[in-house]
Amino acid sequence: MAALQLEKQRGRSAALAIAAVVIVLGIPLWWKTTETYRAWLPFSEISELDSLQLQLSVDIEVVFSRGTLTPEQQKRFPHSHVNEKEHQVDAKTGLRYKYETRYRTATIMEEDALNQPTAAEADLSLHMLSESSCGSVVVYVIPGSSTLLPEDVKVYVGQRRTALLRSPPFKSSWNLKEVLSNLEMDVEQVVSTMSFAHQDIVAALSDRVRMTKVTKESMTDSMRAIKSSPGYEITFSLLNPDPKSHSLHWDIEGAVQSYIQPLLNKLAPIANFSVDSQILYYAVLGVNPRFDNSVSAYTLSADSLSHVINPVEARLGSNAASSNPVLNFLLYVPDAHHSPLFIRDHGKREVPSNAFHSPRWGGIMVYNVNEMYGPETERPVDININMSKVMGVFLAQLRLMLGVQHTHPPTGFVLQSPGSAGLSDWELDRLLWSRSVENIATASTTITSLAQLLDQIGNIVINDNIAQQVSSAVTSLQSAVAELEAGNLAFALQYSREAILASERAFFDPSLLHLLYFPDDQKFAIYIPLFLPMCVPIVLSLLKIVSEAKKRRADKQAKSD
Amino acid sequence: SHYRLFPKSLGQVLSKFSVRELHISFTQGFWRTMQWGQPFIPSPPGAELWVWFHDTVSDVDGNWKELTNVLSGIFCASLNFIDLTNTVQPSASFKPLGLGNATDHRFLRYATLPREIVCTENLTPWKKLLPCGSKAGLAVLLKSEKLFHSSFHSQAVHIRPVCQDERCTSKAWELRQTLNVVFDLYTSGQGKKEWSLFKMFSRTLTEACPLASSSKVYVDITDNPEGELFELSPATPLLSQAVVLGDRRTYSVFDLSRAETFGQLRSLNLLLRWKGDSGDMLRPLLHAERYVAGFGLQTGEIHTVIYNNHPYRAFPVLLMDSVPWYLQLYIHTLTVTSKSRDNKPSYIQYQPAKDRHRPHLLEMLIQLPPHSMTEVTVQFERALLKWTEYTPDPNHGFYVGSSVVSALVPSMVAMSTNFTQDQPLFSSFVPVKEESSYFVRVYTEPLLVNLPTPDFSMPYNVICLTCTVVAVGYGSFYNLLTRTFQVDEPSPPLSKRLANLIRRMRGVPLLA
Repeated sequence: MAALQLEKQRGRSAALAIAAVVIVLGIPLWWKTTETYRAWLPFSEISELDSLQLQLSVDIEVVFSRGTLTPEQQKRFPHSHVNEKEHQVDAKTGLRYKYETRYRTATIMEEDALNQPTAAEADLSLHMLSESSCGSVVVYVIPGSSTLLPEDVKVYVGQRRTALLRSPPFKSSWNLKEVLSNLEMDVEQVVSTMSFAHQDIVAALSDRVRMTKVTKESMTDSMRAIKSSPGYEITFSLLNPDPKSHSLHWDIEGAVQSYIQPLLNKLAPIANFSVDSQILYYAVLGVNPRFDNSVSAYTLSADSLSHVINPVEARLGSNAASSNPVLNFLLYVPDAHHSPLFIRDHGKREVPSNAFHSPRWGGIMVYNVNEMYGPETERPVDININMSKVMGVFLAQLRLMLGVQHTHPPTGFVLQSPGSAGLSDWELDRLLWSRSVENIATASTTITSLAQLLDQIGNIVINDNIAQQVSSAVTSLQSAVAELEAGNLAFALQYSREAILASERAFFDPSLLHLLYFPDDQKFAIYIPLFLPMCVPIVLSLLKIVSEAKKRRADKQAKSD
Repeated sequence: SHYRLFPKSLGQVLSKFSVRELHISFTQGFWRTMQWGQPFIPSPPGAELWVWFHDTVSDVDGNWKELTNVLSGIFCASLNFIDLTNTVQPSASFKPLGLGNATDHRFLRYATLPREIVCTENLTPWKKLLPCGSKAGLAVLLKSEKLFHSSFHSQAVHIRPVCQDERCTSKAWELRQTLNVVFDLYTSGQGKKEWSLFKMFSRTLTEACPLASSSKVYVDITDNPEGELFELSPATPLLSQAVVLGDRRTYSVFDLSRAETFGQLRSLNLLLRWKGDSGDMLRPLLHAERYVAGFGLQTGEIHTVIYNNHPYRAFPVLLMDSVPWYLQLYIHTLTVTSKSRDNKPSYIQYQPAKDRHRPHLLEMLIQLPPHSMTEVTVQFERALLKWTEYTPDPNHGFYVGSSVVSALVPSMVAMSTNFTQDQPLFSSFVPVKEESSYFVRVYTEPLLVNLPTPDFSMPYNVICLTCTVVAVGYGSFYNLLTRTFQVDEPSPPLSKRLANLIRRMRGVPLLA
């Protein structure tokens, strides 16, 4: 009997030992050999980015020229004042604007500059005196009686980062605080024109925030502008549907050099631009223009313009060598039998520029040449295209596409036209503000959704290079936010561009597609022939051992009772 | 950069990848040299791409990979299947055809895809590269439903740098688009021996492309000086003589840029009616063919046969063979025999394959004796592929690209080395360097080789079988280890039990 007990004991311990080996050695081995490689990702920092608190800091300098303040009021200069505004855009996104205003009196040299005969000259000589940093605003308050500005003009915004403000009448009995509070409204208007307005920033956040309470105007402005991208391809195409009648020549090289390139040089911090041009023959519009007897011309109505682009686009060709968004500018010279051709707006009036644009795509201009030759001229007629007329239109459209918004200045404001550079400094600043915010919004959404995706699907392999891209995107994002907070606009934009590049590279990395995808049913089909015969005896003998142990304990209890 | 006639899409590709010269061809069908004579622009079946890069390129393989991907997008072809396993760098067979004398073949890449099927989707982007598209000029004839109803179709794009003027002060890009089609109107036209533009293309010509400086149709009338063989209408007074492929040919020329070509109908429908049996085609001087010999699925032998039909001149040819790595060539079995005698090649360049990395490349300079047949044989063994490396239809077989025979063939007549002369475009593609010979490239047939194909459900079967074996073995082992053994009384033998049964029935005491 004792031998039998011993034998039973040996069987039990053998079963237990095998179960232990399977659990201690087999399962970890199986786990290790079938797991997917997943590098570590900074999930906690990404989830911090998910709720974004942006602070935008603007340096404002308000300079009082002679004759605006009494000596009593000037006593406490220089004086500075910080004004903060908070907006909660949605549950996860908050905005804080910090306006740091410094008040001082004008230096002698500035006084001299302000004594120039016209506002434009004053603007230029003020610019020569000191270069204000990117993103800052300088407001010169000039006496109400100054002849620098015409009678009804309150504010003049120059080509750089300065504005001239005609001072409202101050009572000499006011103390400084009253004066400044009187001035505050005007300065605020100037700043929202020259650096950013709340609705622009909210529109730039459209990637993160569902837009609800944005005005329609800034909505169309932001929809029209092409999305922020590290580079753009600008393509000018001359469409000649009738090479038998017209032999067209355009000096696109010179025109780009003199009209487009200055603007692009100015925009260099925002993105890389490449400019191409081509001539397409036998390219026709998708719509047949209607002949209008009253003006004996062909007309395209505003409703039909939406059908014009698609057939043409098939001929334009995409850029095979890069994946940047393309901005197309088309110059269409109507064929001899369909000219002149005019575009009409919704009010049935002829559009003076004879051009239209399509949001985020580009612009089309119709260029009539029928007046340049008589009916009996020998075909084809050599025609030189007047590039200054064409480029004026294209330049305006390009500014729209790039998001240099047509600001609608408040009444009493005069905005100096940007001149030959195509873009004034403060317009560039506006663009930098909204682009930085847009980049940060886009990059943070990309990174959070990537993290979410990787978290949800456990089968995706995460390689080290992806993890590296993700962490560099996260650090760039954090630096961009910090630089915005510090008011260093140029650095903020640069970091936000790096963040967007890294995040896109991580998101679209092809190695993420190598999903080791085995459906569960197939997995079980492969495992069952091995696992079922192995596990059943182990489980059964374990159950038996447990039940025997219980029985023995019950026996013992009964015996002791 | 700014483009006028040159297509922007190609121009951007050339500048981005620093391409010096680019030749790409898409061919459906095989050019039958013995029936149709020497092709003007030879091309192998499927797709062929060879590119010379500028010698400033540091990462040639990277550029090549990206370039093939971009070109496959432009031409809607599966050029993206070109990778290192089917790319070679021939040392002598493919020289640049344009300006400059680059000889460093590290900047050359050559690949063929013999399996590529060419169809409408490749023709449309090809037509789009033309300045007038298919809206005017000769290209109005190119309608795919007729073009692909033919015995042979080959479209190509050749880009090379050329001189802009005669004194060669500045360089320009030349883009040459060629299309070779062979129609067999005799079999498809109810046995009538005539052809016309309308019958072939279901269209006629009405105008030249207004941007073209020259737009001409050539009809070869060399064998028909008196009009005894066929009749061509409308008649044209314009004749042109040119030396093409070592032979002086006479052409009737229809110049589309002249209004009188179109006559009163304002349309040109060329009609050619044969009067009797057509004349014999001139036998091409150089001809090559290739086949696989051997039986079974282990070894085989590639035979390449090159014919020199010249009656009394011997000339050298360059033979280039690019064989995929899964045919393992035994290069010691390479034999070259002409007129049943060993013919030792004067130059052999052989680069062995690396499994899954690069193909074999074999280049040889062989002297062909006059009026002879030269046979090149080499044995190979078929490799076993991994199961993921098989194509979706592995039993179809695997293609091996055409081998390329390039030669300077002695010419019957003096070739013209004068470029300034007004020549038909198709005769001026390869620059003629000397008067006594002309350049010919001949492609052999591609090969279709069967590789041993496994049963693809095998992995699952193997898993199931091993699992079962392991489970059975494990089960008995487990059983042995955990079973409790105990000594048992042996049961009484059967006779005793039967006796006891009977005793119990009788009521007698049982046996012990």
